[in-house]
Amino acid sequence: MSQIAAKTEAGQVDYSKDPINASLPSEEQIRLLRDMVRIRRFEQTALKFYNQSKMAGFLHLYIGQEAVAVGTVSLMGDNDHCITAYRDHGHALAVGMSMNECMAELYGKATGCSKGKGGSMHYFAPDKNYWGGHGIVGGQTPLGLGLAYGLKYKGIKGAALCFLGDGAVNQGCFYESLNMAALFELPVIYIIENNKYSMGTSLERSSVIDKCLAQRAEAFCIEWTQAGGEDISEVRAVTHKAIQRAHETSKPMVIEFDTYRYYGHSVADSKHKGGYRQEEEIERYKREHDPIQIYKNRLVAQKLLTEEQYEAIDAEAKKEAHDAAKFAEESPFPTVDDLFDDVYFEVDRQTEAGRTGRHFFND
Amino acid sequence: MPLIEYRDALNQAFAEEIERDPNVVLIGEEVAQYDGAYKVTRGLWKKFGDKRVVDTPISEAAFIGMGIGASMLGLRPVMELMFWSFATVAYDQIVNNAGQIRYMSGGLINCPIVIRGPANGGTGVGATHSHTPENWLAAIPGLKVVCAATAYDAKGLMKTAIRDNDPVMFMESTLLYGEKWEVPEEEYLIPLGVADVKREGTDISFIGHGRAILTALKAAEVLETEHNISAEVVDIRSIRPLDEEAILNSVRKTHRVVLVDENKPFCGVSAQIASIIQEKCFDDLDAPVGRVCTLDAPAIYSPPVERLQLPTVERILAKALSIL
Repeated sequence: MSQIAAKTEAGQVDYSKDPINASLPSEEQIRLLRDMVRIRRFEQTALKFYNQSKMAGFLHLYIGQEAVAVGTVSLMGDNDHCITAYRDHGHALAVGMSMNECMAELYGKATGCSKGKGGSMHYFAPDKNYWGGHGIVGGQTPLGLGLAYGLKYKGIKGAALCFLGDGAVNQGCFYESLNMAALFELPVIYIIENNKYSMGTSLERSSVIDKCLAQRAEAFCIEWTQAGGEDISEVRAVTHKAIQRAHETSKPMVIEFDTYRYYGHSVADSKHKGGYRQEEEIERYKREHDPIQIYKNRLVAQKLLTEEQYEAIDAEAKKEAHDAAKFAEESPFPTVDDLFDDVYFEVDRQTEAGRTGRHFFND
Repeated sequence: MPLIEYRDALNQAFAEEIERDPNVVLIGEEVAQYDGAYKVTRGLWKKFGDKRVVDTPISEAAFIGMGIGASMLGLRPVMELMFWSFATVAYDQIVNNAGQIRYMSGGLINCPIVIRGPANGGTGVGATHSHTPENWLAAIPGLKVVCAATAYDAKGLMKTAIRDNDPVMFMESTLLYGEKWEVPEEEYLIPLGVADVKREGTDISFIGHGRAILTALKAAEVLETEHNISAEVVDIRSIRPLDEEAILNSVRKTHRVVLVDENKPFCGVSAQIASIIQEKCFDDLDAPVGRVCTLDAPAIYSPPVERLQLPTVERILAKALSIL
C-alpha cells in the first residue's frame, strides 16, 4: 500500500502546507496558476476556431484536468521525462511548448510543432523531455517503460512520467509494461488521469474496480496511490514524493488522480452532455471542483494574488491564444514535397545510406 | 575463408557491434541465459553480461515498445522476436511507434532500432508461426526491411542495420540458421538498398529475396544442365530501400523475368517489383513477368504439403520454361 499521503476526506489535508508547495516562491505559485489558465484559454480558442472549420480531425480537450499536467510537469528535473496520450495539449504547454507552434499544428501549418504532420494528438518536444502525444489508447505505456529503461541503462538518475487515462488501463500492453517495470526495476511513474469516462462510456461500465484503478498495480507488487487531481497542491505533493522515490529506488509506481473533463472525449462527442452524463454533473464539477478556481481562490485568500491580477493573467492568456490563432492562420501550409521529409533520418540527412536504394515508390 | 553457420554470422555481427558501441543492447525472449531459441545469440550473455544481453518475459508489445522508447533516448536496441509472426502482438508498437514517430514529430525524434528474427514457413509450425511479414512492413513508409539469404549477407547487413538511424526490420530464416557459407574474418559492411547478383546469366532473370533466392539458384542450375539456359539470380537483399536499378538492369539484360517470393502472391513483395518492371522497362520484356510465390492459402501444417506450398524448384522451372 501507499506510503504517500493517502486520499482523505476533502479538507483533511492541506497540501499547500506540504514542503514542496510551502517552499515555492509566490511568483512560482502564480506561474502555476498562469500555466493552467493558459491551457484553458488555448483550448477554448482552439475550439472556437475548430468550430469555424479552421482545423480537421479530432480535438481532445483537456479543460478541467489542468492541475494534473501543470502540477506534475512543474516537478520535472533535467533528467525527468514525460509522455502522454492523445489529450496532449495541456502537457505540451506545461513543458513549455509555445502556443504558436501548438496552434499552428492544429491548423495543419508548416510552422506547427510537427510541421503540420502530426496534428492535435501528436505533439512532441524532445528538447523539453516531452515524447508525445500518442494517438492509440495505451500505446504510450510501453514507450514510457522504454524511456525509464533508457535512463537506467545510461546510469542517469531520472524518472519517466507516463500519463494515461482511465480507458487506457484496460489495454493489455499496460499490464505487460507494469510487469516489466517491476521485474526490471525501472523508474517509470504511470499517472492515471481518471476523468471518469473512457470515450463515451462511464468508468463503471468500463472497468472492474475494488478500491480504485491504481490498485491494480498490487498485482505486480508496484506501489500505488490515489489522490485528488483538482487541487494542484495535492498533485504536486503526491508527485514530488513519487519522483523522489523513483530517483532513489529506481522502482515504478502508479498514481491515480481523480479529475474531470468538461468537454467530450473529443469535440466530435455529441453525447457528452445529457447523453452518457448529465449536464448537472458537468456544472457541479465546474462549480465545485474547478482546478483553476480552487487554486486562484487559495492564492487570493493567501493574499499572493488579487482578483485584478487574476483578471490580467486571464486576459493575457486569452490574448496569447488569439495571437497564436492569428499566427497559425497566417502561416503557410506544408507542401506535397514536404510529405517525404521526416520519414527517414538517413534520407533527410542525405547520408550515404539515405542516398542508397529507393526509399519511396511514387513513380 | 572460414565456413560458418548463418546463425553464427549474426552472432559475430552482434558481438562486434556490442563491442563497438556501448548503446547496442540485445533484448528479447530467452536471448540471454537460454542462448536464444535458435542459438543465434549463443554465448553473448556469458561474454557481455546482463546489461548488454537481456531476457524479457513473453510480452512482445511491452518489450518492443520498451526498445522503441529507449531508442528515442539514444540506445540502439536489437530486439529479437522469436518468430517474426509474433509481430502481430507488437504491431501497434512497430507500425505506429517505430514507423511513424519521426514523421509525426516533424523529424524531431528518431528511432534507431533493429527488430529481428526468423520469418519463414516450411517448418511445420502451422499458420500462426509461418508468416513472412516483409511485405506488411515494407508497406509502411518509415520502416526499412531487410532479408538476408546467406551467412555472408546476414552479417554484413546486420552490422549496417544496427548502425542505421532508422528502424530496420530484419528478416531471417530458421531453415537457414544451420546452413554454412564463407564469411571473411575481417570486418565488412553491406549497405542497405544494394542488391547482389548471386549468379550471372543471360537468358532469364530470377529475382527475389531471402531463402527463395536459394531455391532460385537450384532452379538455375537445373536450367543450365538440363536445358542449356542461362539464368541470372538477383537477390534484392533489402526490400526497403530497394535497389531498383539492379532489378531493371537484369531485366534489360535477359528480357525475361520470374520473380521468386516466399510471400503470398497478393500484395507480396514480388507484386511491387512486377509493377516497377512493367512500368520502367516494358519494352525490354520479351514475355510477361512471371511470379512463383507461396501458394495463396494460410500456411498448412502437413509437412509434405507445406513443402509444396512454398516456391519449389519445379514450380520455378515450369514458370521459366513457360515464358522462354
